[in-house]
Amino acid sequence: MQIELRHIHKRFGPVHANNDIDVTFQGGRIIGVLGENGAGKSTLMKILAGYQPADSGDIIIDGRVADYRGPQAAIHYGIGMLQQDPLDVPAFTVLENFIFGSRMRHTEARARLREISQRFGFSLDPDMPVSQLSIAQRQQLEIVRLLALNVRALILDEPTTGISAEQKALLFDTLRSLARNDGMTVLLVSHKLEDVIALCDEVVVLRAGRLTGRGEMPLTTQELVRLMFGQSFAMQERPAAHLGDVILRLEGVHLRDKRLSIEHLNLAVRAGEVIGLAGLDGSGQGLAMRACVGLVKPVAGRVFVGNSDMTGKPYRAFLRRGVAFSAAGRLEEGLVAGLSLTEHVALANERDMLVNWDRARRQTASQLAAYNVRGRPDDLIEQLSGGNQQRLLMALMPEQPLVMVLEQPTRGLDVDSAAWIWRQLLARREGGTAIVFSSDDLDELVAYSDRILVFYAGQIFEIPDASATTIDQLGHLIGGEFEMATIGKRLT
Amino acid sequence: MTKQSTPMQVALTLLPIVASLVITSALIMLVGRDPIAVYERILEGAFRNTNALASVFNFWIPLTLASLGLVITFRAGLWNIGVEGQMMFGALFASWAAQYVVLPAPVLVSFEIVLAMIGGALWAALAGVLKTRLGVHEIFGGVALNSIASVITIYLISGPWQPPEGGSAQSTAPFPADSLLPSISPEFPVSLLALIITVVAIAGVFFALRGTRWGLELKATGRNPRSALLLGVPTESNVLSAMMACGALAGIAGAYRVLFTYASLRPLVSGNIGFLALLVVLLVSMRPLLAPLVTFMVAALFVGSTRLKVAMQLDQSLAGVLQGLIVLMVLLSNGLRERWRERRRFREPEAAAVSDYQPVTPVTTEATTYE
Amino acid sequence: MNEPFLLILGSIVSNATPLVIASIGETITERAGVVNLSLDGSIMLSAMAGFVAAYAAANGGSPTELSLLIGVLVAMAAGALVALIVAVGGIALRRDQVAVGFVLTLLTADLAQFLGQSYTRIPGPTVGQWVLPVLGDLPVVGPVLFRHNIFVYISFVLIFACWFWLFRTRSGLALRAVGERPEAAFARGVDVNRLRYVYTVLGGALVGLAGAAYSLGIKPGWATPPPMRGDGWIALAIVIFGGWHPFRVVLGAYLFAALRAVSTAIQRTPDIQISPVLLNLLPWILMIATLVAVSSGAIERLMRLLPGSFQRWTRNVLRSDPPAALGTRFDAG
Repeated sequence: MQIELRHIHKRFGPVHANNDIDVTFQGGRIIGVLGENGAGKSTLMKILAGYQPADSGDIIIDGRVADYRGPQAAIHYGIGMLQQDPLDVPAFTVLENFIFGSRMRHTEARARLREISQRFGFSLDPDMPVSQLSIAQRQQLEIVRLLALNVRALILDEPTTGISAEQKALLFDTLRSLARNDGMTVLLVSHKLEDVIALCDEVVVLRAGRLTGRGEMPLTTQELVRLMFGQSFAMQERPAAHLGDVILRLEGVHLRDKRLSIEHLNLAVRAGEVIGLAGLDGSGQGLAMRACVGLVKPVAGRVFVGNSDMTGKPYRAFLRRGVAFSAAGRLEEGLVAGLSLTEHVALANERDMLVNWDRARRQTASQLAAYNVRGRPDDLIEQLSGGNQQRLLMALMPEQPLVMVLEQPTRGLDVDSAAWIWRQLLARREGGTAIVFSSDDLDELVAYSDRILVFYAGQIFEIPDASATTIDQLGHLIGGEFEMATIGKRLT
Repeated sequence: MTKQSTPMQVALTLLPIVASLVITSALIMLVGRDPIAVYERILEGAFRNTNALASVFNFWIPLTLASLGLVITFRAGLWNIGVEGQMMFGALFASWAAQYVVLPAPVLVSFEIVLAMIGGALWAALAGVLKTRLGVHEIFGGVALNSIASVITIYLISGPWQPPEGGSAQSTAPFPADSLLPSISPEFPVSLLALIITVVAIAGVFFALRGTRWGLELKATGRNPRSALLLGVPTESNVLSAMMACGALAGIAGAYRVLFTYASLRPLVSGNIGFLALLVVLLVSMRPLLAPLVTFMVAALFVGSTRLKVAMQLDQSLAGVLQGLIVLMVLLSNGLRERWRERRRFREPEAAAVSDYQPVTPVTTEATTYE
Repeated sequence: MNEPFLLILGSIVSNATPLVIASIGETITERAGVVNLSLDGSIMLSAMAGFVAAYAAANGGSPTELSLLIGVLVAMAAGALVALIVAVGGIALRRDQVAVGFVLTLLTADLAQFLGQSYTRIPGPTVGQWVLPVLGDLPVVGPVLFRHNIFVYISFVLIFACWFWLFRTRSGLALRAVGERPEAAFARGVDVNRLRYVYTVLGGALVGLAGAAYSLGIKPGWATPPPMRGDGWIALAIVIFGGWHPFRVVLGAYLFAALRAVSTAIQRTPDIQISPVLLNLLPWILMIATLVAVSSGAIERLMRLLPGSFQRWTRNVLRSDPPAALGTRFDAG
């Protein structure tokens, strides 16, 4: 299927998210859509898939102007989109999700589901609730569902986030087969250049709302980076670690939440150490990090900060001892929508019963300057952009804590902002702060960690020397292949 | 926020009130009466003489105290529907002291009020613990605790505390004079002490919310307990302390009803004042300084409407209808205004988004802790 | 089984009927993601409206059946109208659904009292008992289930219709999806907010029907204070207790009615030395206890003790998660 986009414009208030986009996608090809965060690639894909209307411009499918509103109408025209977080209903079974939105009857649907799954080697139990599937399985379900609706163009938004190496291989095989054998148009939105190199036939690049580049594959990483940024970045040099005493210690800790449990975890974090936590979403990293800071109480075992037993103490007590935590969702867990920047700073720093607002405001102004936050003390937090919110969050943390426990500290940030965050973190680490962080980005894990813990369904594998591992090895480990790996040992 | 011109602002504020009056008038005509005459009776009932005005103040005092308490719980994001029960428990504790404790009058009265604060705070703490520890939403916990408090009140009146001449289940025997709040004068029967307490409470709540760390913590807890926790705020104990502060103020309100208004304990001693206070707080959002003005108007409306029964054989529930309509119309017109403003923002992209805050409380929440 | 015991069971079924209807209505509304908190008031308003309409129609010379039908329709319209206000406020005007619902609770209660003031304690048309042929003559189940007024039979039909609609139809999939994940429903071409309007109003109409079941059936007539005061709150709690599943919701309604019957029975037994007043505590204590059991995860913990194969089954039966998008707003695009 041939898709032409003609002069697409889309504004959100002052932001020109798509500025005169003009591009043609050919059938039978896999096209990578690249760009930094906020470059407008997701917006463009959502317009194409009917999730948002364009302000102006035309979509021409196989030579005819297609005028549609809504995702269902886009599917009618043969365009389906797989969102990063698959748009399914967790409370439904696989079969219910498959039927919902189609005209199929039960028996027919069951047969179609089996037939399409078998073709691509997916294993989907029709009666399993979707809430119990992995992200990869939910993606497979969405793909099967869209194929059953006869889509001829498939858009995938960051599909390799949170899935293992095998699942990624299976997904890529599926996409290749759809493009080569079925003549489908496949659009892959990704910021992972290795995925683009492995899969795509051509790439288009967006920057600040405009289409700024195109290229036929094969291209090297360097060439892709140059296409995206006009220059290439070098990874930051990591100074050698000066490890100090053990400052945070988990002893025989058992953890449990609704979905998984971690048994008998022993972990000692030393001053100045950077520990990266790898694993698919919800494999236990979040649970372990929250146990380190008192947000989750262990079922058994003890947690020590320095020499004092902090088991069962609330997060506030950990914070007072210099153990600080920041969660992945900034506005959900970390910042309070509706509070001003000054109020945030006052909450984090003013300890007296009466709040000295003058002092808080002065302190806010100096913190904003020091951390390069673009905003005024009286602005509400939700008025800041994501990068500014992240920098403020950093400003709210203690100056030189013992340990910083950070859940996906650079998620959703562009390359510049992420690099800034790491400069800050590494500077604090120079002063002896230990850093425990989790990330979806294997490059980031390998680049910054001294030690990596890989989580899989609550089991933990330790790589004592992160520099000895490769992204490929890590990819297999997060898929749960602990047995064959020789670069480390099981921790639980 | 785009500033609206003052006449526009006034018009937008008056619109829901006018709409409510129009609907109420239609309802009055529906039951075959003249709306103007009805409104005249209400005004007359509230302001015809100092005695009537005193009744308004006697309504204003507990209503304002309960409203101030609810401003605190709203700030913490809590729908403290149990404020009725908290008033009743304040009344129960004060009634116990009034009947069984013998002390010099000023000491006894102070003791009763402190006891009432404790009673209200305890009953509120129960709803708070149900929420924080057991995951029962404060609306349902509150409704159940209100009913339980009411049943206990009726039980005491018809059982252990029934008057010696035999229980009619209407009230206890009148409390001794020493246990009651003294009145300013026979022409203006209002308790000076209670007036002073109310004014102090207004200033206190205003200051506590604006100037203290506790007030700031409540605000953060109310808007996002998970984030607040990560900023070092003890959210669980904040929920409890906000509930108990509200309960204590409601307890004084309840004590005022038994130690002054009735001089005895009666069933339904709270007289729906807690629910009215919830409506008031929906109107004033979280501005404690606005509360006393609004409560005064509400008090005048409700006291004035008691005259309807006598003068026009009309049920006094009309006051509740008018009050409910006004709050509903204000809520809806705020929504209209916001939508309108938003549409304009699309044309003027520079204007930033600031909307009135409302606590968003899913009816079934997990406990605010991480467990 | 002896006759008086069956009579008690029958009266439980009959007394539970308004609770059953109202909580089924609220279940439908909440399944679509909207909370209609106004139940306690809107049941009163619709009970009053239904009674007054039926009374006026009968006085105007309509035959009893027609008057009753008019009464039922007016009651349902009243409930639907209140629900519509909740929907408009919560969806179109983006207010907090809890706030709008709460104001309406008080407003409709006062409105019922005001507009019904000249109709208190007067006799009007009521729905008579209708013994179902054949079924009514069955031993045991006959007197318990099939010798009632029509509201009871309607409630039976509603229970199964609600279950069938939710879990066995394509429309039911859309309804549940709108309450669980509106974005996913939107992606499949569902007009989320339109469906929410439809099911909120439908649920409200059933709440209105529950009001009619009181004033034209179980507690005939109108009075101040209204005899059904407080039942709306209990119905709301029953929906939570029932885990938003019609069968469990109904079980909850019968449980509450049974408890009331027990307390009435105790009051009539002179040997038992409990103040009859204190027995009124029971439904409220039970309400708190059930909510604690559901919300605190106690049920989940119990479930973990069961063997694995059994767990999957009990998880379906005892599932107590609310619809994931309950009380939230949805804006397309």
